[in-house]
Amino acid sequence: MTFYADYTTGEPVADTKAPAGPVHERWDKRRFEAKLVNPANRRKHTVIVVGTGLAGGSAGATLAEQGYHVIQFCYQDSPRRAHSIAAQGGINAAKNYRNDGDSVHRLFYDTVKGGDFRARESNVHRLAQISVEIIDQCVAQGVPFAREYGGLLDTRSFGGVQVSRTFYARGQTGQQLLLGAYQALSRQIAAGNVELHARTEMLDLIVIDGRARGIVARDLITGKIDTYFADAVVLASGGYGNIFYLSTNAMNSNATAVWRAHRRGAYFANPCFTQIHPTCIPRTGDHQSKLTLMSESLRNDGRIWVPKAKGDTRPPHQIPEDERDYYLERIYPSFGNLVPRDIASRAAKNVCDEGRGVGPGGQGVYLDFADAIRRMGRKAVEAKYGNLFDMYQRITDEDPYEVPMRIYPAVHYTMGGLWVDYDLQTTVPGLFAIGEANFSDHGANRLGASALMQGLADGYFVLPATINDYLARNPRTDTVDAGHPVVQEVLAETEDRLNLLLSVDGDRTPDSFHRELGELMWEYCGMARTETGLRKALERIPQIREEFWRRIKVPGTGEEFNQSLEKANRIVDYLELAELMCLDALHRSESCGGHFREESQTPDGEAARKDDTFSYAAAWEFTGTGTAPVLHKEDLVFEYVHPTQRSYA
Amino acid sequence: MKLTLRVWRQKNADAEGAMSTYEVDGISPDMSFLEMLDTLNEELILKGEDPVAFDHDCREGICGACSLVINGDAHGPERTTTCQLHMRSFRDGDTIDIEPWRAAAFPVVKDLVVDRSAFDRIIQAGGYITAPTGAAPEAHATPVPKPDADFAFEHAECIGCGACVAACPNGAAMLFTSAKVNHLNVLPQGAPERETRVLDMVAQMDAEGFGGCTLAGECATACPKGIPLMSITNMNKEWLRATRKAGKR
Repeated sequence: MTFYADYTTGEPVADTKAPAGPVHERWDKRRFEAKLVNPANRRKHTVIVVGTGLAGGSAGATLAEQGYHVIQFCYQDSPRRAHSIAAQGGINAAKNYRNDGDSVHRLFYDTVKGGDFRARESNVHRLAQISVEIIDQCVAQGVPFAREYGGLLDTRSFGGVQVSRTFYARGQTGQQLLLGAYQALSRQIAAGNVELHARTEMLDLIVIDGRARGIVARDLITGKIDTYFADAVVLASGGYGNIFYLSTNAMNSNATAVWRAHRRGAYFANPCFTQIHPTCIPRTGDHQSKLTLMSESLRNDGRIWVPKAKGDTRPPHQIPEDERDYYLERIYPSFGNLVPRDIASRAAKNVCDEGRGVGPGGQGVYLDFADAIRRMGRKAVEAKYGNLFDMYQRITDEDPYEVPMRIYPAVHYTMGGLWVDYDLQTTVPGLFAIGEANFSDHGANRLGASALMQGLADGYFVLPATINDYLARNPRTDTVDAGHPVVQEVLAETEDRLNLLLSVDGDRTPDSFHRELGELMWEYCGMARTETGLRKALERIPQIREEFWRRIKVPGTGEEFNQSLEKANRIVDYLELAELMCLDALHRSESCGGHFREESQTPDGEAARKDDTFSYAAAWEFTGTGTAPVLHKEDLVFEYVHPTQRSYA
Repeated sequence: MKLTLRVWRQKNADAEGAMSTYEVDGISPDMSFLEMLDTLNEELILKGEDPVAFDHDCREGICGACSLVINGDAHGPERTTTCQLHMRSFRDGDTIDIEPWRAAAFPVVKDLVVDRSAFDRIIQAGGYITAPTGAAPEAHATPVPKPDADFAFEHAECIGCGACVAACPNGAAMLFTSAKVNHLNVLPQGAPERETRVLDMVAQMDAEGFGGCTLAGECATACPKGIPLMSITNMNKEWLRATRKAGKR
């Protein structure tokens, strides 16, 4: 037992911003009660936005349209490359264009239930309401959604729901939505309302007199570390799935912005809630640097199966129909292949653990399109999924039109993140977190096509409305500049950290540490977690951290383009965050959504929640590296969607 | 597999560059090209040498960050992005030349990394539809004929990687620019800015120092997303139309 696991429980944390009253009136009420900033005064306010994905890009553009001065950052060479671009399947909206019984209330219900009753009702309802406006906004920007012959928008269905509410642009919905936001942002850059710093990475947060007032960031080309000041700071820096080393995240996605904010006082909520996506291409060997997702939309037409017999090594076409186990259709007849992600992932793990997995190492299951091709014809399948099939073939050298795809779960999304209130403000006044960087809307499991919805809801509609209230209540002050003692201190700490990394000159590369940490996390804090495993990980992480600072080797200097230094510095933060994830997973001795504790399951192996004990969001307060954090609980109250054991059978 | 790599090394934008030779061994045909470079870099770091800098991020062919000229071809021998190129496209014992994008408008930052911000400025010049948040009409208010929607999508697929420029003997950015012009100009939502869009984007493209188009067609051959060459013809039509219309006003 480490000291770290001896956490204490502090005062509960409450969301004081969500108004009371009927859930469908709360957002209107909040918008009315929120103070406004006079249009003429807006240009006097500066807002920093970190990240240019769906959340950051849409927020930066919208704040600038409203008249604020925006300073925006991305580590990529262009804001168009943020990892939202890789989202494939689609975006949910309660338009009910299909007349299939959808409504705002149903999307709200599906999301709360899909999240296994660990999300805040007020936030989720707002998300469902706004979903409708997002589609309008994106169409107006020229996002080329798929259309029917009559010229109207097409939709498809996704896991965990029984209506067809997912709007899509072939398998590149994220790309098209992101380009829409990027183009809106570009318009504001050209107008001089947004000052963009590309290839610039946030390394710390500046908090003065209890308010977020700026950031420390490093120009990745020159290596120059600089400070930037504002009246409010918005983090839209994405999730932390890369902590697992192998994930579907972009190689450079990282947790530094949120972790540094956490160290400066922002509570980190539900860090153990990570999503393992069921349909990724299995790994091929130790050289693997990342995993590639195959869109969940494939589960609309593909059928998932493994051989009934253990150790059946026959090629798939030689296995007769009656010797195949379409296990999702068998166990969950009403949702079949479209069960939520956490359930599909766990089921795949179970059949592989039984020795019925396929492909090298038995770490895979088939996703078979033979029936779909017979039913719809190859042409129709090609039109719907062509680019995904091409991508699969390119990576695996197998033709999915002929041979069933092999898929296996991989880390994909993190539901946890910085704790925020209804206004998306963290526990540090003036610091906001939007998109995947916050914890708010998906509870313990996110439904497919809901990440794009949330990123754009936060950026286009929620934050621009709520940040006004903060700015109006906190009149602008000019007291912060580079000479302020706090700024000097934060800057010096950042420089010291990078210099230390460069000076160790050990014998291990940054990647070797990242891989070691990732394997540990996948083993003990991945798809199934146990008390013994988590305690083992909590013992091991400080040892890796100690070894890291003794043996890390970072070539070159800090005053140049140095990708090894960038990597090493991100690992510093992963080595602390990993510990918090394991502690959170250990303390939550129930199973819920993507968090599966082997000790807490029903007789048929489904996740068993313990609502009496754990119906809260766990918001953790930082107290120091390796020292026990303080837990603050936010009680979750369900007035509209009554917690039941989720059933997709 | 055992390979000989000849890699462009250049310390920074101002330094002189040169090709350096490295040997790599134990390369699996299942590795992606970038994973092969990861292997090289791990060895270089342990030897105390400077690893090769290259741009990459999503490694699934969509972010457009990766950008290598491999044996003289932008993104290498297959029609895909470098991150989706696998070592099974090469043979044991091969010598592979790896260079950055070569174009006056894409200055080298370091080694294989170039500055493509000129593309961003072309978009800033008009590659958008003015639709401030909140002002949008109901999505179904304006149906878009499916062929137009498909045409828009085909061009909207551009990932802004810059292979078209790297492949062009003139270093022209016509395919990149035309892809965005065609995407937005065919849609009813893009119609009000149809003329200014094409005129302003082309003007910015010229100002950035990209070369002129001689319809060599190398761009469309190198494009990992299959943006067709006709895209350029269409943009020329749009530009002429806009110029004539501007003349009448």
